[in-house]
This record gives sequence, structure tokens and C-alpha cells, in this order.
Amino acid sequence: MNVMTNPAVFDVERIRQDFPILTQTIRGKPFVFLDSAASAQKPRVVIDAMVHAMETQYANVHRGLHWMSERTTEAYEAARDAVAALMNANDRSEIVFTGNSTGAINLLAHSYGRGILKPGQAVLISGMEHHSNIVPWQLLRDSHGIELRVAPITDAGELDMAAYEALLSDGKVGLVAMTHMSNVLGTVTPADRIVRLAHANGAKVMFDGSQAIVHRKVDVQALDCDFYAWTGHKLYGPTGIGVLWGKRDLLERMPPFMGGGDMISSVTYEQSTWAAVPHKFEAGTPAILEGIGLKAAIDYVQAIGYDAMTAHEAALTEHALSRLAPIEGVRIIGQAQDRGGVISFVLDKAHAHDVATLLDRQGIAVRAGHHCAEPLMHRFNLDSTARASFGIYTTLAEVDALADGLIRVREFFQ
Amino acid sequence: MSQTDNFEDLRDLYQEVILDHGRKPRHAKRLETFDATAKGDNPMCGDRVQVWLKLDADSIGQVGFEARGCAISVASADLMAETVQGRATTDTRALFEAFRTMARTGACPDCAPALADPMERLAPLAGVHEYPSRVKCATLPWHALIAALDGAQEASSE
Repeated sequence: MNVMTNPAVFDVERIRQDFPILTQTIRGKPFVFLDSAASAQKPRVVIDAMVHAMETQYANVHRGLHWMSERTTEAYEAARDAVAALMNANDRSEIVFTGNSTGAINLLAHSYGRGILKPGQAVLISGMEHHSNIVPWQLLRDSHGIELRVAPITDAGELDMAAYEALLSDGKVGLVAMTHMSNVLGTVTPADRIVRLAHANGAKVMFDGSQAIVHRKVDVQALDCDFYAWTGHKLYGPTGIGVLWGKRDLLERMPPFMGGGDMISSVTYEQSTWAAVPHKFEAGTPAILEGIGLKAAIDYVQAIGYDAMTAHEAALTEHALSRLAPIEGVRIIGQAQDRGGVISFVLDKAHAHDVATLLDRQGIAVRAGHHCAEPLMHRFNLDSTARASFGIYTTLAEVDALADGLIRVREFFQ
Repeated sequence: MSQTDNFEDLRDLYQEVILDHGRKPRHAKRLETFDATAKGDNPMCGDRVQVWLKLDADSIGQVGFEARGCAISVASADLMAETVQGRATTDTRALFEAFRTMARTGACPDCAPALADPMERLAPLAGVHEYPSRVKCATLPWHALIAALDGAQEASSE
């Protein structure tokens, strides 16, 4: 990770000016926000796009026989085009809007799980999943007779590829559902090999890209995965909108998830027929304003470019690891070779919650707890960690503030 | 840094008495013989505590606890044990209500004068009211204590 950010293309101080919230002070100190992996801050263009829509261009979508509805539909559907381009989807109809990643994974578990998978088949997850990619599969297991398998991870926090391959080898796995980047360890999973091995053993692959898409360019055609789930609010967009991308032929074979308006072709009391994909999966009035905000966020990150974003975060991560690791009593959880800008750590003298509160007193926002990944915590014999995570607006000086703040916490607890 | 840093900005919640009881709790032990025990569990943050009680006729004879959690929860459990040992059970329930009010609001203006002494002892924990996510760290051991008095095996934080 020796890619240094080129200040000519990536000026973090100029980027920070795009995020109004970053000028705040917290408890009289500059706001050092190191919790972007939970939810990222919003640039002015996203805020403005949503306000502008409410002020000038808003009605319900997809049912417009009037000017305002048609304009709103165009603006909302432009978000689908933006998402399709972002992910290099083959077709815009492969983009299903959901509420968030959890909504996307639950849609898949219900629709693909109950509609396509057969009792006796297995779903394979990894040992570093967020609860949102565990619990939906447990519900499917219990209601539909699906076996749930867990591919272990190594002490470094990487997927155990030999164990992964062994778990696929009996051909029973119908779907691999796996994180593309751990929200706790920062580990980026080897997506190409995961897909190749899964397909060779007859399994489809869904990636939970909630974290990965913030840090890496995601090209679903190059990955050749079958489904990809992510959420807008971590990519500098609004809350309330997520994405399930799926290969079109698979989406077409899948039964609807929720029934209601917007997802039908025709309805009689005897039977209803479904709208074409993606609308088949989008019952009810969608998150119109959030879609418009998401498009603004995608335009914003595309203008900066993933090369610059990835390089910036690699520089931050490298700097953070070099500053945190030598601090006495600090242990970094997860040592993956390929990792993004998320770093979990524990301190010998203080519980993670005390660390987070005492960093907060110094104006530094980190998350502490199990990060919705309890089984992963147990894997490392922990109840909780503190976690610092970086965004495009994070500076090297903020990483230094974290390290200095942590040194003070350690001394305070001596 | 340590020569000149008096950590003033860090001390409002983490006063010396909390650091001390968090680091070296006096009552952190499982009782060999006991009359009641209950566990408290905060699934949101992973804090866990178990409280053991030896009861005299109408009062609490001895308290022991095991806590796995932050300095606030350990210190709170220890100060709780200290203030309820030898206290009548009805008094203990009243003290719990008073403590809970203080943890939530920072003060307990309507507290019974009879509780003034133990409330003063518990006062270093009043600072948690400024940290809504930490209030339950301080109250969890008390919930376990009350559950034990009620003959329940499990308490959950509010």
C-alpha cells in the first residue's frame, strides 16, 4: 500500500469544504469524525439535491399523468442509471432499490432463498459477517430447511480459502453470501477467487458490499458475481436507500418479495401478475428523495474518482497502522494483507467503551462495541473493540489526533 | 506529555473514585454461599454482570459480583455493593430508584433525606447522565441486584 495520494488530483482540504458538518466543534474541540464506516457524512451537493427536489420538483413517481410526476420520475430513475454505471451493471433493470443493505439481503433471502433454493441445499457465509448477513440466512434455515455453513477466518482476519473450498466441495451450496469488506477488520475478501470457486461448485455468489463500495471500484461484470448488496448512506448519500444488483436472468426467475403497489402488472381478486424487473421487487412508493440524493452522491464520488479515493484511504490506513501499532497496550484486531480504511483495536488497560468515551471527550468520534458482528468478536475472544474508520474527508492530522488521544487514554488509565 | 497533562478534560465522568473502583473493585467476588443471585446482560454493548447476595432477616448481609464490562459498570457495581451491604431491602429498593434518577438526570432533588449518605457516596456516577449511551452501564448492576431480590435470575437493562 505505497500508493501516495497525489495532492494535485486529491485535495482533502478542498473536499472537506464540501461537507458542512465538518466545521463543527464538539465539546469545544475540532470535530474529528472517524466513524464513517457506520455512516458517512453528506456533501453539500447531496443536501442541496434533496432540498432542491422538495422545493421545486416533487410528486409521486411512476404514475404520472402530470408534468411534476414525470419530472420527478425522471430524476428518480436517473439514480438507477447512476448506480448501474457505478457498478458497471449490464443493464439498468438489474438495479433493485431497497431500504439499505439489510433490506437487500433480506430480499434475496426471501425471494431467492425461498423461491429458488431447495431444502437440503446450503448457504455459505464467512466468519466475519455483519449480523445483517447472518440472521436473514438463519431465518431461511429455520423456515425452509436450508443448511447454513460458515467458512472460518484465520487469525490475521482473512478468509481461510482451503476451508472455504472444502465447504463448497460436496456441491450442496446453492449460494455463497459473503462480505466484500469486513466492517470490523477492514479485510477485503478475494472476490475473484471466491466467485471462481463458487461457480466451479455450482453455487451463486452474493457480496455484501456495504463497506467495499466506499473504498474500492466495484465492477460486477468483472467480478462475475451474481448479486451485490450495498447501502447509500455509507457512500456519502442519504439513509433509507440501498441497492441489490442481480444478474437479470436470476432476478427474472425470482418471485416477488413484498406485494403492493408499483410492483404489479395487473391485479384482480383471483390473481395478480408482476411488473418486470426491477419493479417487481419495489413495492410501494419508493425512497424518491433518497434516490435523488444518492445520484448526487454517486456523481460526487465519480467526479473525485475511485483511484484517488482508494489511494487517499490507503495512505490514511498505512499511516494509522504505523501510528497505532507502536502505542503500548494497543492491539489491532485484523492484520489482513488486503484491507480498507477500517481499523479495530483494543487497549489493555481500558474497555472499548471507556476508550470511545474518553476519545469523544477529546472531540474524536469512534465506534465501540461488537459492531453488529458478535460471532466475529467471539472468534477473537472479545466482547467489543473500538473502531476508527476513514472517509474521503479524513486527514492525516486526524489520524494523528486519534493516536495522540489514545496515548492520553492509556496514560489516564495507568 | 504525562508530566504536564492533568487530564482535566477527561475527569468529569472518570473521577478518581471511579477509576479506583473500576481498577480495584473491593467486592468483585463470587460468594461461596448465598441466598440469591441474578445476572444482568446488556446485549447492545456486551456488558455482563452477576450479583450474589447473602440476606439477613430484612436486610442485605453481603454482596459479591462478577462484572465483564467497562470501568463505569465495574465501579458502579462496586459502589453499589458498598452502599447496600447491611442496608434494609426496602431501603435498597428506594436507593435503586434514587440512583436511577441521578444516573438519568444528574441529580435526585426529591431523594429521601435518609438516603443522603449513600447518595453522596454514589454521586461520582452522576456524570453519566451526560452520556445517554453510558447510563445503562451504571444501572445494569443495580438491575441485577433488584432481580436477585425479586427472586428472578435475569435482569435486562432498560
